[in-house]
Order: sequence, then structure tokens, then C-alpha cells
Amino acid sequence: MSDYEHYEALVVGAGPGGAAAAATFANYGIETLVLERGVEAGSKNVSGGLIYAEESAPYTIDDLFPGFREAAAERPITKYRIHNIAGDKVESFDLTDLHEHDTEWSDSVLRRKMDSWLEDRVHERTRETGGGLLTGVHVNGLLREEGRIVGVTLDELDPITADIIVAADGVNSELARDAGLMDWDEPDEWFQGVKAVVDMPEDAIADRFDVADDEGAAHLFSGDLFEGVRGGGFLYTNRDTLSLGTVFHLDSLVAEEAEPHELLDGLLTHPLLAQWLGDDYTELEYSAKLVPDSKKVALREPHFGRLLLVGDAAGQMQAQGPIIKGMNHAVTAGALAAESYAQAKSRNEPEKAGTRYARKLRSEGVMKKLRPRGYELLRGVAEDDGVTGVVDSVLTSAVGRAGIRALSGRLERLYNVPTLSALMPDTRTPYVTLPTVIAEELGTRVRETSSVTPPDLEARIGGLTYDTDIGNPHITLRDESFEASGAAVAACPVSAVDFGGGCYREEVVRTNGSEERVVSLDTQPCVECGTCAVVADTDWSHPRGDKGVEFKWG
Amino acid sequence: MHMVVLTKGVPDFREGQVSFDEDGHLERGKTPTVMNPNDRFALEAALQTRVRHGGRVSVMSMGPPGYKEVLQEAMETVYADDLHLVSDREMAAADTWATAITLSAGIETLGEPDVVFAGFKTADGETGHTGPQTNWCLDMPLVTHVVSLDIDEEAGTLRAKRLVEGDIEEIETVETELPAFVVADPEFEPSYRTAGERLTLKDLREETRARAENYEEHLTVRDHADINVDPDYIGLDGSPTIVSSVDPIPKAPAEREATMVDPDDTRAMQDVLTAMQSAVGDGDGGDTAAAGGD
Repeated sequence: MSDYEHYEALVVGAGPGGAAAAATFANYGIETLVLERGVEAGSKNVSGGLIYAEESAPYTIDDLFPGFREAAAERPITKYRIHNIAGDKVESFDLTDLHEHDTEWSDSVLRRKMDSWLEDRVHERTRETGGGLLTGVHVNGLLREEGRIVGVTLDELDPITADIIVAADGVNSELARDAGLMDWDEPDEWFQGVKAVVDMPEDAIADRFDVADDEGAAHLFSGDLFEGVRGGGFLYTNRDTLSLGTVFHLDSLVAEEAEPHELLDGLLTHPLLAQWLGDDYTELEYSAKLVPDSKKVALREPHFGRLLLVGDAAGQMQAQGPIIKGMNHAVTAGALAAESYAQAKSRNEPEKAGTRYARKLRSEGVMKKLRPRGYELLRGVAEDDGVTGVVDSVLTSAVGRAGIRALSGRLERLYNVPTLSALMPDTRTPYVTLPTVIAEELGTRVRETSSVTPPDLEARIGGLTYDTDIGNPHITLRDESFEASGAAVAACPVSAVDFGGGCYREEVVRTNGSEERVVSLDTQPCVECGTCAVVADTDWSHPRGDKGVEFKWG
Repeated sequence: MHMVVLTKGVPDFREGQVSFDEDGHLERGKTPTVMNPNDRFALEAALQTRVRHGGRVSVMSMGPPGYKEVLQEAMETVYADDLHLVSDREMAAADTWATAITLSAGIETLGEPDVVFAGFKTADGETGHTGPQTNWCLDMPLVTHVVSLDIDEEAGTLRAKRLVEGDIEEIETVETELPAFVVADPEFEPSYRTAGERLTLKDLREETRARAENYEEHLTVRDHADINVDPDYIGLDGSPTIVSSVDPIPKAPAEREATMVDPDDTRAMQDVLTAMQSAVGDGDGGDTAAAGGD
């Protein structure tokens, strides 16, 4: 064994998954070092964001961190509605029953505030074990000896070895990739979310959303307002801000060559939102994030040797129609990973921590939620293009429309059945066709007009805080041809066709009389979402510690 | 390990802070006093030593009572344990020699430190004498222009990389026994490459926060009697340096004539281009004139 600095447990990433793992290690008295690349925990994180405490979950965030809701969360979400939209016609369903199914509580959160609160607690508790939490440290890969994973390598520190490594380093996990457990190849395995945090005084929130001090509202949006791109929108009330965003299947974004920020603007300026946004729209922060689709990528065996993956790094993000749960699963997984190691160690077989962890994910019901069996069974048929075409043409035909009208009284109830949500195929049917038909047949016209003028992309980028690592770009283009990397120009949330201030730009190079379409990259405005890692041909890593974008809200 | 860091308060020469009168003399009363910027590197060197080897850091300065805040700033930077101000009317108007005698006497009242750190030059005097002269009084091995250092506690030695003749292109490694006197170069870069060091640093920062708020509880002020020096050897009386007069440096005359051109004035810009082209044409052929195209 080489003479490396050693800790018994190493946790990479101080989001909810990493925090849960670290707290659990500390509860077992295990020496734990937590490494976070942001200037503060939460500064690199974006969520929709609602966090759930599920009744069926073995661990919840407030079990592990008493006082979490009061100190780190925004509002309990007590109203949950979905709006089916076709033009200016809207049919709304109350999904509060679905939202409350298996739910002990659910709060809206802003990640900078939430994760930085967790950071202090995690540091305090892990410090007692002889470890602690460090920010501004970027773990960039795995350290191997004789082919086996023994630790990690870092930009800022010498390599560190550990007996157990929990990778909670997010959707773009460099450790998961290094271990060969995840790749960034298939756009249909990912969603891309973009979000705006909007300023709104507490009394305006109380007024416009009809909520008391200890109440909050969530609104979801689907239908024809997103140019046919598969996905939807959301609005969550925070204490004195709103989180508004859109989430789309990445393959659909690419296929439609849609501009994410324009789709977000489509939601913000829809007349339905005028009642909530009023005429004093002030955007505090624009952000974006890639979201794994757990139905397709949640790893059944998220471990390799001493390395255990939790949260987004393991694809543990449940997004099934109107059910969107990520952070709670990361918390459960983080705690189960740490517990698995502690138990395996006490049985003198620490090498079995990984298989024990995977078994717990199954026996505690986590894997069933992430990869519903019904979806797997139906997927082959339901996601067949031919079948989708038939279903869509039936739905939009007179027969289908008559059926929707006939179901009208029961649709809301059907939407509230959890097992049906879990079955939803990834096609345009549930995201676009069905909501559009419902709105067309049953909806009522919105009377308001929107006076919202969202900032343009240049202003949105200008409003973000960056510490640019000059001369050391964290992403480089491997293939700059338009065929290989051109999709990033539109799909990157901080780039746009004919916009010179973004990351990706299309250029035409003329040489010896011939023209070539190429793509150029400037990583300065990067929000580190990872979209281009999937849709373009890049060498992608996170920036060094403390560098890159710093989200103030998240 | 006991370390003593020397620091000085200097006028804040940054734009917008500093104030000069009509004759170009510094207006002390209107210019805030700050910690000498170069002292930061001495403080960083002491902090790195403390993080790696543990121990105690004392910060010392000689100057008027107003320097207390400078010491507070030093405490926040180096997470110092205790602060020491040597302050006495008798010490006023000291040159570097009298200052060195005063500081060395002050250091001796603190016992026998393992390492004394000083910065390279003050922003006001710019002599670079005080550190080495203080050490001449203390009679320890002296290492100047230090850019990195390592201490072997067991062997009781200090190994340093230093710039030869203050030149960044030429670095030598020297080793000496402790106790030693170190003058940190502005090129000094602290290095914390292990998690353990960074965690210790975080602990120290946490501990210091409360201490720096109530820094006066950790501050000792001493006069010449307390440090046991003869008033004849300190202050103006003890200063062999005679400053006969101070003259402002005259502005260097411009060697070439300049004409201002408004970039929006197309005709004027055209003239510039023509002038540039003919200038290039006069030189080594006309080829390069085309470089401005597109």
C-alpha cells in the first residue's frame, strides 16, 4: 500500500445523498471525509424542487437532520394541481391525493439554502469522527492499485485512499463514469430541466395562491404549450420566491431543435400564469440541470468494489408523469449505503458492502419505485412508434375525443392513481397528446393576458455569478463538426442559434473554396448541466474546486 | 512550535484611499492605516507552519496605539493566538536600525521562538532592512526571499526554497537549524495538499472568528521599560539615518507626440490607417499591411 492520506469513509459530494451517507457513517462512529467542489454546498446544485419524506422510506432527511424543515426548507406543499393546456383552453385536475400518497410531508426547497445548512451539520458530525467536510475540492477520478479501486484523485489535493467511497457527485458523476457504471451516450435516458427563481413577497404569495403561512402550492403544466417537445412545466411556491421551470426529454429537445430557454419563456408568458405572476416579474436566477430517467438508468447494482453510488450519480431520480421525486431517494440511498458498509464491516466482510447496499435498495422498496415493473412490462409495446401513432390518432379522432368527454368525471380520479402514473410510457401521448385533447374537449378559456417579459438569454447569463478558470476550460470539443456536436447549439440551455454570447456557436469555415459547418465552444457561461456531454462529442469534466458557476438560489 | 510574525501598519496606498497634499506629501491623517501588504506572505508562511506542525503564533508590531486594528487584521489572516504591540512616544520617528533594536527586544520578552517571520519590504519605507536588521540583533540563521518551506521538527531543521538575488528564474534550496529567521518573498505560496491540513485550517478559522472579535483581550501593549531597552537607542534618538529632504519624483517627459483620435470619426481613422500603412511601407516591404483586413 502506498503512503497516501487515508480515511475510512470518503463521501464525494455534499448534496442530500452525500449528507445522508455522511451523517449515517458518523452515527456508526466511522471516520468520514466529505469532499464538495462548490464554494459552499448547494452552490452547484439545482432542483425543481420539492423534497418528500415518504412514509414507506427507511430514512428521511428530517430523521437524519432534526430541525431540517424549519431551518432549511421553504414551504410545506399542501396543494398539487396539474393543468392540461391547449392554446388558451385549460382543464385543471387536483392531484393532491396523488401528491399525498405515501407522503409524510413534502416541502419546497432552494438548494443553496438547504445544502449549506446541511453542510454545517455534516461537518460538525463528521469532524467528531476525525474527518470533516471540505469545500472547493474537486474529485476528478478513481485511484486504483493493481486494478482495484482504492481511493480518489483530486485537482487540489494529493490522492486519498479509503475503505469505502460513496459517490454522491450528482448527475454528471465523474466517478460513476470512471468506474464504467454510467455513460453519457443516449439522450433518451435523460431529461433536461431549466428553471427560473422569481422574486415574490410573502403576502403576494398568500394572496395569489390562496395559501396560509404554513401552506404552499405546486402546479404542473402539460399540453401544447411546448412546441410538441415531450415534457412539462412546474411552479412551486417558496417562502418569498417562486420556482418555475420546464423539464423535457433530452432526445425530444434535440429532435425538435428546441431552445430550452424559449420553452421556459413559453410557460412564463402563458396567460394561465398571469394570475400568479402579475405584472411585476423579477427573475432572480436562471439555472439548468440534467435529470436521469430512473426508469431507464437507475442502476440495479450501483456499486463496484469499494465504490457505492447514490442519488443522481446512480440514476435514482424518479420522474413518472406528475410524480417527481429525486432528493428523497438520494437521502434513503445515501443512508442505506453507509449502513450497508457499517454492517458488512461488523460481520468482517466489508467487501460485501456493495451487494448488501443493492439488496437493501430492493428490500426497502426503493428500486421498485425507481424502476416500476409495470413500466418495464409495457414499455416494449407502449413506446413502439407505431403503437404511439395509433394511440395518438385514436385519441385525437372523434372517437377518442368522445371517450375523453365520457370519462370527464373520472379523469381526475384516474390521474390520482399512483400505479397508473408509474405506467406512463415515454411517448408524446401522456405529455402532449392526451393533455391537449383533454383541454380542447373539457377545458375553459383563460381570460387573463400575460404581461410577463422574461429576460433574454444574455441577461440571464449576465445575472449569474462565475469564477472562471481562465485558460483551463473544463469541457473541450473532441469533434467540432456540426454533425457530431451541432445539437448542443440549441440544446445547451445557455446557448442559442444566432446568439454569440453562449457556450456553443455554429460557424462556417471556408477553406479552398469549400464550406464546412463547425461548432465552437466557450465554457465561460457554462452552468455545468451536462447536456453537451450527452448531445455533443466532448471531453467533459467539472471545473476545479471553487471555479465555474455559483448558484445563489439553486 | 512557537512562531512570531512581525508586521507593520502602513498608509493604504490603493487608489481612492491614499491622499496627498499640493506639494505631493502624503497626508497621514486623511489616509487610512492598513497592514503592510507584503506582511501577508509572512503570515501565510507562519500559518502553513502551524497547520503542519501545530503550536502557537504570536504577531508583533511596533507603532502607535492605532496599530491595534492592524494587529486584528493580522489575527484574522494568520489565526494568531496572541498579539503584541510595542508602543511608546520614545519610539517615534525610528529608522530601521532603531526599529530593529526595539522589535528584537520585544521578541526576546516572548521567550525563545522557533521561527520568526517577516515580510519583504514595507509599502512606505521600501528599505527591506527591518527584518534582516532585527535578526542581526537576535543572531539567528537568516533565510530571505523564501517562496516555500518545510520544517523537520525531529531534526530541528528548516528547509526553504528561496529566490537567488530576488529572481524568480533562479531558486535555491537551503537548510538551517532552528530557531531561524525567515523573510517571506511576495512569491511565497502556501500549499495545503492534504485533507488533514485543510481540516485543521478550517478548525483554526472557526476558533479565530470569536477571538478576532475580542482581539483586545489577546493583545499586550508594552513600552520601552517593559521590553527593557534604553530610550537612547530607540526612536529618533537611536536612529543614525538622517533624512535631509524629500523630493517628489518628477514625471518623466513623453518621448513621442500623441494625437487623440475618436474611433467613431471615420475620416480620422482612415488617416490613422494611411499613416500606419505608410509607416509599414517605409520599413520592410508592403506585405504586412494586409494583416488589418477582414
